[in-house]
Amino acid sequence: MLENFSFRTIVEYLPLFGQGLVTTVWLSALSFAGALAVGIVLSAMNLQRGRLLRVPAKAYIDAVRATPLLAQLYFLYFGLPRLGFILPELVVGILALSLNSGAYVAEIIRAGILSIPRGQVEAGVASGMTYVQRMRLVILPQAFKVVIPPLLGQAIVLVKDSALLSLISVAELTRAGQLLASDRFMPAEGFVTIAAFYLLLYYGLKGLAALSGRWLGSQPARSRA
Amino acid sequence: MIWQQLQSLAGSYPLALRGLGMTVMLSLISLVLGTLIGFGLGILRNGGNWVVSGAIGTWVDLIRGTPFLVQIFLIFFILPEFGIELDAFTAGIIALTNLAACFICEIVVAGIRSVPTGQVEAALASGLSRWQRMRQVVLPQAMRIVLPPLVGQYVLLIKDSSVVSAIGLTDLTRVGWLVVQRVPNGLLVFFLVGLGYFIVCYPLIMLARRLERRMGAAHGEVQI
Repeated sequence: MLENFSFRTIVEYLPLFGQGLVTTVWLSALSFAGALAVGIVLSAMNLQRGRLLRVPAKAYIDAVRATPLLAQLYFLYFGLPRLGFILPELVVGILALSLNSGAYVAEIIRAGILSIPRGQVEAGVASGMTYVQRMRLVILPQAFKVVIPPLLGQAIVLVKDSALLSLISVAELTRAGQLLASDRFMPAEGFVTIAAFYLLLYYGLKGLAALSGRWLGSQPARSRA
Repeated sequence: MIWQQLQSLAGSYPLALRGLGMTVMLSLISLVLGTLIGFGLGILRNGGNWVVSGAIGTWVDLIRGTPFLVQIFLIFFILPEFGIELDAFTAGIIALTNLAACFICEIVVAGIRSVPTGQVEAALASGLSRWQRMRQVVLPQAMRIVLPPLVGQYVLLIKDSSVVSAIGLTDLTRVGWLVVQRVPNGLLVFFLVGLGYFIVCYPLIMLARRLERRMGAAHGEVQI
């Protein structure tokens, strides 16, 4: 049983957990920014009529979605040095998370843009707008509203996925739990604590998603203005 | 040099087959168990009892809020402290089944809620029992909403099964990790590992897309 569950050790290791938490937060934030960049480029490619850009984007998205993140992580971790890129584990991890989440972000953005009724585009055309004007003034402002909640959902997935970076020894939150397990033979204390920290992040992001939903939902419709 | 590596890779194909077998076994067992438990939980969650429903909701939220890797570690390292001795395989099955059940529960709940109340009322008026109502009226209609994300969930499950390599199970990903120690070509080795997963997962992704179009579901709960 857990009668010798040691809160004392948890408190003693709190700075380590704190550092891990901070690392998890900023590496997730950085990876999410990377994922947005990758996703925007991919979705733009994917929405083209020409096959030259669309086919590679689709192939990339399918390849990422049909293989596990851990295999992708190892692919970069063991593969990049062979190509002559010797990068720190942390950079490899952020790269893997960005490239992986980017594929999902691309699908979210594409779905958001495609959710705008055709009539909107046609109205733009009829008003004599150029392609860029239509995108900037008509489609993107509306798609933005649709895209925010699923993007926050993807951010939650990304934070949880970042735990896998501990397997290539990045010193993030899960790694802190592993250290407690291996140094002090206290796996219960270590993993229960980090689970609590992850839940903190989860409920934070979930609250943000709910808030954004309410905020976006209550915005006055622009078309009526 | 590349020739030597290919030969060396060809030599490790029995290991690769064993790894693939392990991945398929893990996924299949937890897929079946997870679906059964997930449907059970989903139906209970929608049942009248708020204690049961609240408990399930809380559990599902806890599982959705923590990384799968942490869940595996918790199960593998902490259940033994309660006197339950586990080998890595059982721990992996428990972790995967639990994960699948929780996500499928959410999918089933969404499906059941999508059935119009008029249908339930009509069933009530026809004098159907609770069980008959569920089995003959609600579930068949809910399946339309449930099926596409369910298949998507199976893809997630197969992919998540790679994480159990962290507690030493020799699945496909672990085999790649072992082989790369001998054949120092990470690109090639993990390309092949990825190919293994792709062959299993891609048809399922296509199936999910087709179902989604056919069932006319606006959007699924889970993205693959």
